[in-house]
Amino acid sequence: MEQSFATKSAFRFGYGFSPTDRDIRDIDDLLAQLRGPDHGVAQFAGPMLEERLAIQRDYQQLRNKMKKGDETVKDALKKATRLRNRMRGDDTRHLFQRAMMDGQGFRERIAFFWMDHFTVIPKGRAGNALWGNYIEEALRPHITGSFGDLLVSAVTHPSMLIYLDQVRSTGPNSPVGKRKKQGLNENLAREVLELHTMGVGGSYTQSDVRQLAELLTGLDFDKDGAKFNKRKAEPGAETVLGKTYGGDPAQRSHIEAFLRDVARHPDTARHIARKLAVHFISDTPEQSLTDHMEQAFLQTDGDLPSVYGAMLDHPSAWEPLGQKTKQPFDFMVSSYRALGVTPQDYKKPSNGQVNKQLILPMQFMGQPLRKAPGPNGWPEEAEAWITPQGLAGRLQWALSTTTQWGQDLDPRVFIDTALRELSGGTLKFAVSGAERRVEGLTLVLASPEFNRR
Amino acid sequence: MDASRRKFLAQSLAIGCSAAASPFVTPVTFASIPSDNRLVVIVLRGAMDGLDICAPLGEPVFKQYRPGLSKRDFRDLDGFFALNENLADLMPLWKAGELGFVQAVSTPYRDKRSHFDGQDLLEAGLAEEGGNVRDSGWINRMLSLIPGAEQDSAFSVGRESMLILRGDFPVTSWAPESRVDMSPHGQMLLDAIYAKDPLFAQAGQTALTLAAQLSMEQMQGDGDEEDAEMMAEMLKSMRSSQEAQQASGLAAFAAERLKEDTRFATFSIGGWDTHLRQDRAIRNASKELQAALLTLHQQLGPVWDKTCVLCMTEFGRTVRENGSGGTDHGTGGAMIMAGGAIKGRKVYGDWPGLEEAALYERRDLMPTADLRRYAGWAAHDLFGLSVGQIENTVFPGVDMATNPGFLR
Repeated sequence: MEQSFATKSAFRFGYGFSPTDRDIRDIDDLLAQLRGPDHGVAQFAGPMLEERLAIQRDYQQLRNKMKKGDETVKDALKKATRLRNRMRGDDTRHLFQRAMMDGQGFRERIAFFWMDHFTVIPKGRAGNALWGNYIEEALRPHITGSFGDLLVSAVTHPSMLIYLDQVRSTGPNSPVGKRKKQGLNENLAREVLELHTMGVGGSYTQSDVRQLAELLTGLDFDKDGAKFNKRKAEPGAETVLGKTYGGDPAQRSHIEAFLRDVARHPDTARHIARKLAVHFISDTPEQSLTDHMEQAFLQTDGDLPSVYGAMLDHPSAWEPLGQKTKQPFDFMVSSYRALGVTPQDYKKPSNGQVNKQLILPMQFMGQPLRKAPGPNGWPEEAEAWITPQGLAGRLQWALSTTTQWGQDLDPRVFIDTALRELSGGTLKFAVSGAERRVEGLTLVLASPEFNRR
Repeated sequence: MDASRRKFLAQSLAIGCSAAASPFVTPVTFASIPSDNRLVVIVLRGAMDGLDICAPLGEPVFKQYRPGLSKRDFRDLDGFFALNENLADLMPLWKAGELGFVQAVSTPYRDKRSHFDGQDLLEAGLAEEGGNVRDSGWINRMLSLIPGAEQDSAFSVGRESMLILRGDFPVTSWAPESRVDMSPHGQMLLDAIYAKDPLFAQAGQTALTLAAQLSMEQMQGDGDEEDAEMMAEMLKSMRSSQEAQQASGLAAFAAERLKEDTRFATFSIGGWDTHLRQDRAIRNASKELQAALLTLHQQLGPVWDKTCVLCMTEFGRTVRENGSGGTDHGTGGAMIMAGGAIKGRKVYGDWPGLEEAALYERRDLMPTADLRRYAGWAAHDLFGLSVGQIENTVFPGVDMATNPGFLR
């Protein structure tokens, strides 16, 4: 049967059908999701940066006291630990709850894309405390704006500075560098060019990396958050990609100026266009599609909704489904939605439940949350996910999730809710022949039809 | 999802959690139910083949219908019927008169042979599908008729919300947090839906084996200190829940409760949908059932003498073996009964024979009695419910006829 516009939208550009969501009618319906306020963060978000840092600081101080043998802080430490762990569990839960919302599928898929593009693997205790904030305050406000703003915000957030070792990079000729004999760490500079902007094939050289590393010195972080530390900044101007930035005294604005320039670079336009196309449409996207998106990027100086719009405009976007597979997170969110589990149903699970129902299953499925293989994020190709282990994880989770949430659903009805015209005769036959409701529902969720997009 | 359903889920989650942390909650003593008897109902999901479990070897045509399946090492019961070898450890119970069967019974469900609808009807205790079938189960309606019944009087064990216990009367459930397994038939269906997609087909072959073995051990390794603590905690709870998830674990929990104030316990055992190579396919489910019954017997102690266990299934299976060494969905089947409260060592029921003309639609065992009649008489003899109450409320429309007298 011909795949409808609503079905292709729900699978390719959203988190699938839910019994309560309305159908996407046209392209503007998708783009309209990006124009309004961020309903996801409005409803489901953790504390702001200052509060997170305070929670982390309290915990750290009490822990140090306890280590020194001060038993009087025992109860206070217990409380502080709980608060801190709770925050981490909530960050995970919020990620799911936002994605499960009706009417927001495309926006949420975009949010996940950028979280992956600007991957941060939380390092150390502070890293974990800040991770949710990085997503909520640094990334999400800019995914519907310009790429330049998004880049500046992501690259200068404490989470990124910690993760890619910028806090350990010191200008060798800066006051701190000379006194402590410290030097450059190129990690962030390299990834900004290789991953975040121009792409590995981009027209930059090792010298550009080195110069950018010098330019980035001074970006630092302490217990109060991000700050610009002049005493670590390399003196003098730097030339990156043929243009000179900075000079004395070093300022954060010099770094921003470079980031805004590289954000508009043609290589960046090509890299971002292709990456979006690969994520949403096909591992081997049509050249005409990526060209079209690249043009939109260049013509608008990286206005992201224009780039998304160009993707949706192109005929490739409406080819039959099946070229990609859902990543485990997408699989879980779309399963919950199909089962009619709402974000509110998921209100306050304990940390233990978050671990058992979300974190652990994601590990089994091969996508341990917060632990991407590297700064390049999760793989895109189906073969990376549909492995025996990965599929076993999906099956096991589907069995236990349908046991918990699907007991009143008739699998013969559920197959239509979840798949509509995508369900073939074999699947329908198998689902109606299952010996228990739970197995019937599980067959739907484990089917290639549900897992491909 | 509507509000009442959410509330229900929230409750069962909360109960599941606290009970799992300390499964043997402090017993509250109240002996308000006038009867001291116990009823355990085990729902056998997937349509148990009564002709393989309690096989009519005395029928001359049996071997012709089932050339492969009749080759089992059956254990003789009464010279006519014989017990499946996978239940051989139950023979001592049979000899002690604590194990019995009813042959050729079924619910009023006919012809469409869908597991979902069949199980709904079995648990609802109603005669017709559709309508209000999923609103209440027969044990719940029975409880509402017993003076002095309280919330702790009935327990469902396992992660499913059992329809059989659902309804207005408050009941308790205990759910071990744990893995659940795909039945052999479910695995076959999965193979079928993967067949056309090479990527899924290839991964699917080993995925099922792995899914059954998913263990926390694989996940240990790198990770910071707090992850390690978290993992250790989860590992512990997963191990204990894996043990509890086995049918014998469910039975053990049920036994603990039944030794206290609980009078009704119910859980289910799946894996009976044996379309393929039934000689092997029925083994796991049978072994689970055997373990559950033996666990109840061992752990109930003196309470076993007051206990009646009824094992019932949604429908029987075809009399003829199919082309792949299995059997397909049928109609008449068998009910298994156990416990010190029953008069066992007997196969009850009105045996219709297996001559082709005697079969239902020339393919299935002809049901000669409504299995609700047997459950109804159990309610009558164990808890003093009147025939009127049973015919009107517990099993609306059932014809109770005469008491088969299977209780001591």
